[in-house]
Amino acid sequence: MSELAQPHSTFKFHGRSYFALALKPEKPIVNWLVETDKWIKRSPGFFAGKPVVIDVSDESLTKLEFEQLMCGLRMRDVQILGVEGADPSWLGDSVTPLLTRATSTVSSESAQAAGSLPPTSATAPAPSSMLIEGPVRSGQSILFPSGDITVIGSVASGAEIVAGGSIHIYGALRGRAIAGFEQNPGARIFCHRLEAELLAINGYYSTAEELEPQLFQSSVQAWLDHDTVRLSALA
Amino acid sequence: MGRVLVVTSGKGGVGKTTSAAALGAALAQDGQRVAVVDFDVGLRNLDLVMGAERRVVYDFIDVAQGQVRLSQALIRDKRIETLYLLAASQTRDKDALTDEGVERVIRELRQTFDWVICDSPAGIERGATLAMRYADIAAVVTNPEISSVRDSDRIIGLLDAKTQRAECGDQVDKYLLLTRYDPVRAGRGEMLNLEDVLEILSIPLLGIIPESEEVLRASNLGLPVTVGSADSVPARAYRDAVRRLRGEDVPVTVPKDGTLLNKLFRRRAA
Repeated sequence: MSELAQPHSTFKFHGRSYFALALKPEKPIVNWLVETDKWIKRSPGFFAGKPVVIDVSDESLTKLEFEQLMCGLRMRDVQILGVEGADPSWLGDSVTPLLTRATSTVSSESAQAAGSLPPTSATAPAPSSMLIEGPVRSGQSILFPSGDITVIGSVASGAEIVAGGSIHIYGALRGRAIAGFEQNPGARIFCHRLEAELLAINGYYSTAEELEPQLFQSSVQAWLDHDTVRLSALA
Repeated sequence: MGRVLVVTSGKGGVGKTTSAAALGAALAQDGQRVAVVDFDVGLRNLDLVMGAERRVVYDFIDVAQGQVRLSQALIRDKRIETLYLLAASQTRDKDALTDEGVERVIRELRQTFDWVICDSPAGIERGATLAMRYADIAAVVTNPEISSVRDSDRIIGLLDAKTQRAECGDQVDKYLLLTRYDPVRAGRGEMLNLEDVLEILSIPLLGIIPESEEVLRASNLGLPVTVGSADSVPARAYRDAVRRLRGEDVPVTVPKDGTLLNKLFRRRAA
């Protein structure tokens, strides 16, 4: 009872993406560990200080093989951040968390949009912007956590653009635009013609009803002023 | 090899079945060999609109499941020799259609017909996605109303993602068929105007079909409007749409209150 009555101190948490090296071991594990040794010999310190995720979702390992693998990697001083695709029971009491991959950056429905996203590889630096050529249709959701999204076309009512950075729309914005969604108060939303259902920056949002009616259907930018989404006309 | 045209919309009651029958009949009247396929399993209507309801023995599902041959299920139209119907089943549900079954039937139809017209059910579920799956061309049937336009936009998104062409990196050719256009209400500003619809959907215009009692009267007689009232305004609009489908450059006329066909409209959206 008293616990409920006490005022809460605020407890903050955010979703956040990090880059980790994902290793995909192949069977037989013993041979794969020998290959790993060769690799470490060629580039010593390759794994030093790097967070590593072990992805065993493609190989059907036994519990014994899995333990062999984890033990072998620890002996080689590989810092294992988490495991993907393993049977939860294998992890037992170990502190290594089982990870599930976040949904892909583009919804499955937007095949076209996916085409304009260059494939990411472990070595190439992550792209900092995403370009969508053509309209974003109702029901499509475009997610790009690591930077800006530019749309050359309109965003339909019922569509959604979610960016870690700013959003630029060279067309009418009739759907939702969510910028700076992983804590980025400096993110902005630019659109050629504002008819949006919702604008959000850094978690603070405004619905269509709250937007200034005189800016409706004009070229607008939106930014965050403390906790308020502000709009101004683009000259 | 025939071409596969899906008549789709997302929203119900906008005129998909009417349009599928009218376009199919108009193509067949041009001498093309046409098969119209009803994908609305469980709620079949196309047989009624085409006046074939008393001659259905086998249906699409029987063929898709390999129980009968395609030639046993195809119903030839009584008036137009080159027009055929493949009816849906009224008694089974949508899960009776499998992807493989549909693919096989469509492939077979392509070999014998110039045009395969798939009449899609409303919605965005399995029935609708199966109907569009193997399409080369899509006629997106839209009424000049906000709800219909938004649903059509959603369907265009699916056409760009869930069709075989999209999955192979190709594109389905998408056209807007604006139906139930009421010149009186448009004049009063009670409907979305054509410019707005084209701007929102940004696909080329295939035709504008005015709201008309002729359509209803023909349907009730079991006749596609292009056959039942061949001289009516909607019948002419469907025939023009068919000429555009076949690659002719026919300017689109916007129906006006009282008088027919005045303003020429040559705009083609992106």
